[in-house]
Amino acid sequence: MATTSASTSPQTAPERTRLIRAGLRRRHRSETIFRGLGMAAIVLALGFVVLLFVDVIRKGVPAFVQSNLHLEVFFDPAVIKVDPAPQTGDFASPAEFQAASLAWQRDVALLNWNRIIEASLRAKLPANTQIDTRELLTIPETNARHQVRELFVANPALLGQTVPVDVLASANAANWIKGNIDRSLGDAQQQMSPAARAVIDAFETSGTVSNGFAWSLFTNADSRAAPAAAGLLGAFIGSLYMMLIVIVLAVPIGVAAAIYLEEFAPKSRLTDFIEVNINNLAAVPSIVFGLLGAAAFINYLHLPISAPLVGGLVLTLMTLPTIIIATRGALLGVSPALRQAALGMGASKTQMVFHHVLPVTLPSILTATILGVAHALGETAPLLLIGMKAFVAQVPVTPLDQATALPVQIYLWQGNENRNFFEPRTAAAIMVLLGVMILLNGTAIFLRSRLEKRV
Amino acid sequence: MDMLAGKVKLTQQSVNSAMNPTDALARPIRLEARDVTVHYGAKQALFGISIDIPDRAVTSFIGPSGCGKSTFLRCINRMNDTIEGARVGGSIKLDGEDIYDPSLDVVELRARIGMVFQKPNPFPKSIYENVAYGPRIHGLARSKSDLDEIVVSSLRKAGLFEEVKDRLSEPGTGLSGGQQQRLCIARAIAVGPEVILMDEPCSALDPIATAIIEELIDELRENYTIVIVTHSMQQAARVSQKTAFFHLGKLIEEGVTEDIFTNPVHKQTQDYIMGRIG
Repeated sequence: MATTSASTSPQTAPERTRLIRAGLRRRHRSETIFRGLGMAAIVLALGFVVLLFVDVIRKGVPAFVQSNLHLEVFFDPAVIKVDPAPQTGDFASPAEFQAASLAWQRDVALLNWNRIIEASLRAKLPANTQIDTRELLTIPETNARHQVRELFVANPALLGQTVPVDVLASANAANWIKGNIDRSLGDAQQQMSPAARAVIDAFETSGTVSNGFAWSLFTNADSRAAPAAAGLLGAFIGSLYMMLIVIVLAVPIGVAAAIYLEEFAPKSRLTDFIEVNINNLAAVPSIVFGLLGAAAFINYLHLPISAPLVGGLVLTLMTLPTIIIATRGALLGVSPALRQAALGMGASKTQMVFHHVLPVTLPSILTATILGVAHALGETAPLLLIGMKAFVAQVPVTPLDQATALPVQIYLWQGNENRNFFEPRTAAAIMVLLGVMILLNGTAIFLRSRLEKRV
Repeated sequence: MDMLAGKVKLTQQSVNSAMNPTDALARPIRLEARDVTVHYGAKQALFGISIDIPDRAVTSFIGPSGCGKSTFLRCINRMNDTIEGARVGGSIKLDGEDIYDPSLDVVELRARIGMVFQKPNPFPKSIYENVAYGPRIHGLARSKSDLDEIVVSSLRKAGLFEEVKDRLSEPGTGLSGGQQQRLCIARAIAVGPEVILMDEPCSALDPIATAIIEELIDELRENYTIVIVTHSMQQAARVSQKTAFFHLGKLIEEGVTEDIFTNPVHKQTQDYIMGRIG
């Protein structure tokens, strides 16, 4: 009985081994199943990400190509019948010069610049082509005349000269060139007349029209009259202003609030109450913040509607709880040994926080901040309620000017009835937004790893 | 281990030769604790501790875990203030001045009473910055060269300078455990404290690092009043001139180290020293 005396269980050693083996098989099986489920979950999630990116990129890439018409524009004195531009020296005061200059610009704007465009297009036509003015002018985008006029306003000496100018082809022309339009459809179903289509094809063979990278997407504000010229610059600047406001306001306020609550505030009912409320605020639907912004900033403080300033304030309110919670979490994670070391050296509480605790938590705070800002950048709902879904054709100069934001621009373009044209543009805007997001997240990861290495 | 044994023996000899054991009690009193009690919330951790700490000698607190020796140590530089719900009663006087007087600034107190913790806790900064931190916040160095001098002399006194002189700009956390603890001692010394509190400074170290620190403590005794909490009775016997035995929040017995270990008055002290409790 030597074998049993060593053990307390009733089974013999081989019996125990057999039992353990039987159990082992079951345990291994459940582990295999769990692993399989985990893998499946990851594959599914990755699959959706890939699907999203492939779909967006497939749709959006064509929008990064624009069709340019290479014209020789003759600034015809017969058409541009206007007084010479006023000179500064001719006027007694700057105000008078300003007034005269504006009057001159108005006169210039009243000229029929389409005749200049038409003439330069006709110069490029193959011999013996018959096409009327209206049909011909469907080929360039409608902003071509403004572009040429602005060239003249900037440099009135161009009068009587011929200069090469690239103008955008219209949305319909560009789609015809890119092959997005079914050429077998009958004339009744085509947007452009047979003569215009023939001219485009002729331009293509002669090299008068060619495709290039769509810089206009990045250099122009939104446009409805000239869809091919619609760009993201206005929305981008609007978003940039809002991000700056969020960084300038939410980061110091959030970090300071977190430091005070975590390090200095006495533990009491009041601080508990504040803590619960901050956690609740983080879960409040973002559209509610928009409502608050409309009520507080626009109705009560009378700040301008549709302004990035108001948008930035609303997004600040939305981001604050996230930053406070993340910062408090980071502060809580600092080892008590470090605090004791600092206090034991005779550091005051403030010195302890700013010399030791904060530097250690900086990477986490920074990451949380960048992610919070990125989240704010992608936020749309609250901006709709403070009027940032207005159509704005200008690039905002100050945060008080009317503007829109990148995600709102996507929403606006997606909702536009001219879907034939806008689908790729929407997808392109999504690509730009995603690019900015990836850049921000990449910065967060980079800064985090660098700062952590330094500590 | 032979080398270690030799080192420990050497230390003991040097203690014995440097100071007649009974001298410890004859020295002027630096710290005077009367009826100190500590509550953590509703729980009382210390019951009426009264003890005198002699100037420029090593006083050790021994006793089983949870006996209150560390709690009492932390009363001396008011580190208990940082613990939520801790209340301290009674009085502790440093050179006749009550350290719990509301008019006394705790920052100043901690500059005068330095502390070394159980686990080495250098700042996650360079070795130089670790030592320079104290003088810098207390405004003790008038110039960069002053500061350099303080750093070097503090590292020297902590017996670390030769080992780190070529890498002062490297992080202090990259040193070995024993070196880190000596860095923490150098950091404490740099402020020029009068008293240094050590809370089980060797419990996280290997025997060789322990022997080095013990030797260092013995050297520091000439200039500083040292209070050390230790789990190891051998360590108390080796480094201290005065020993106090704590049990269940009470000070059971205090006296010249040699007397406590060879001729304890109380039965509890005897039991602890004989290894029957603890």
